[in-house]
Amino acid sequence: MLIPCPHCGPREVSEFSYQGDATRTCPELTSTDVKAWYDYVYNRPNPAGPHREYWQHSGGCRAHLIVTRDTRTHEIHDVAFARAALNRAGEQA
Amino acid sequence: MVERQSPLTPIFRPAVHSNDVGSISITLSEVTPLSIVEAACWPGLNERLTAAIQEVTGLSVDTTPNAGVVGRGTAAFSIGPDRYLVSGEEDLSARLARVLSEETGTVTDLSHGRTTFRVSGTRAEWVLSKLFAIDFSPAVFPVGEGRATAHHDIFAQIQRSDAAQFDLYVFRSFARAFWNTLCTAAEEVGYEVIEA
Repeated sequence: MLIPCPHCGPREVSEFSYQGDATRTCPELTSTDVKAWYDYVYNRPNPAGPHREYWQHSGGCRAHLIVTRDTRTHEIHDVAFARAALNRAGEQA
Repeated sequence: MVERQSPLTPIFRPAVHSNDVGSISITLSEVTPLSIVEAACWPGLNERLTAAIQEVTGLSVDTTPNAGVVGRGTAAFSIGPDRYLVSGEEDLSARLARVLSEETGTVTDLSHGRTTFRVSGTRAEWVLSKLFAIDFSPAVFPVGEGRATAHHDIFAQIQRSDAAQFDLYVFRSFARAFWNTLCTAAEEVGYEVIEA
């Protein structure tokens, strides 16, 4: 499985660290909604198909990435620096 | 400044190690420069960072990924988004820090934390290809450019410093183990260990 890092180019998966599901959103930190926290911490849809994930190119440029990977074929549909998406989310908040 | 000692001291033996047909295709040496510095900038300020590197080292580094330049006694190459590894004279870190304001970025002196190996010769690409899963051919890895990669868990930042020459910056604590790995990988083609 190769991940095309936006900085380094295609690299083998052993250079990357999986950093978790990128589809979930953290509840407000002051929220006491148990269901929302339960979903955030434990509930995963585990789809058979495209999945948005955080990866870090830990054995390379060390950038955090958002990768859309097909869980059935390991085909990579899209890769982008995570900080761009996170900065956008921060500006909207 | 505390005097640096090479982590290779107990095992470094300049010698010829020819292969089973008596030939030698590469030379290995330790070329750790006096200063190794990581210069980084905040997002969007890459041109100010490369301007600062140029002011201090005279090297004109491009802002494109993997870009790098080799100068006389100094070198700089991209090791990640908005991050460059710069090597040179002993006062490099202080000079860069004077030019690079906190509003632009940061300077981290890694001189005591990295060891630099030079692999040169006709089979350098072949030997390094055994260790790293990246393409070393000159068409995709031209002179001056840099790559950040890893051999198992030994992180390495590699610059092609000449047509058949690569400089590898590895963590000092892994340097001795990596040197042994490098020598083992070079046995097939025959190698000579030389003093820099």
